[in-house]
Amino acid sequence: MKIAITSTGNSPDSKIDSRFGRCSYVVIYNSETEEVEYWPNPSKENIEGAGPGLAQFVASKGVQKIISGEFGGKVKSIFDSLKIQLVVFNDSQKSIGEIITMLNY
Amino acid sequence: MNNPPHFKGYKTVGLTENALPVILNFEEYEALRLSDFELYGQVKASLIMEISRPTYARIYESARRKVAEAFVLGKPIVFEGGKVYFDSNWYSCKQCGCWFNHQEKEIAATNCSLCGSTDIEQGANDPVNTIDMKTCVCPICGLEHPHTPGIPCRMTVCPDCNWNLKRKDAPYQYRMKNKNL
Repeated sequence: MKIAITSTGNSPDSKIDSRFGRCSYVVIYNSETEEVEYWPNPSKENIEGAGPGLAQFVASKGVQKIISGEFGGKVKSIFDSLKIQLVVFNDSQKSIGEIITMLNY
Repeated sequence: MNNPPHFKGYKTVGLTENALPVILNFEEYEALRLSDFELYGQVKASLIMEISRPTYARIYESARRKVAEAFVLGKPIVFEGGKVYFDSNWYSCKQCGCWFNHQEKEIAATNCSLCGSTDIEQGANDPVNTIDMKTCVCPICGLEHPHTPGIPCRMTVCPDCNWNLKRKDAPYQYRMKNKNL
């Protein structure tokens, strides 16, 4: 399963980004192959619709679960219709590496 | 609530050290908005928020005290609603503290989606939903009547026994829970 995590940077030591739409990077972790990809957020500088833009981007990558600190009101319905699971994790001190370790329970 | 703030809070100008922020709950924000921005009276505002007038006064007072504390002590303000957004399709994990939803609504989730812990709780018993399920009950015959927010249970009279109704469960329970949001 592909899992997206919003990140403040592009390394495993970066912390989770507490925002969804305007996060700096998106980490896409493939739990079967244990591959990790770092993508810069294409809609970070959008004046409007950063969340839906990023939602479209992660959906096009085939992600089934998204971990972020918070989701805006616009994206909830998009993810519901795409059957993508949302995980709200509000510990901004956790790094991407630690979260991936948590996912490998 | 129809008008959540579209930003997350305030920062102090000129102070660099990170003071612990004052957390203003959404219901407190809403109370401030209704009373001091829309200039509604407390009775009208409590009806809009679908809570009783005394509860409204308590929330409003708490909101004003928090804003004053932030101003006087130079603390940032953060809007936070806790469980306000979550409905019964959401689960919370007691292990890692995350919240997650579940796309197959018919099947109950068994594990936390993040850490895999089985120590999870469905969001159905969060305070917001508890308030919605309030009922008045007649102490004589046990007749149950849905509670109308803003009207005390004792103002409704049982049609059979002519007795004033009372709240079905312990009256202060949901208020106590609300404070921990």
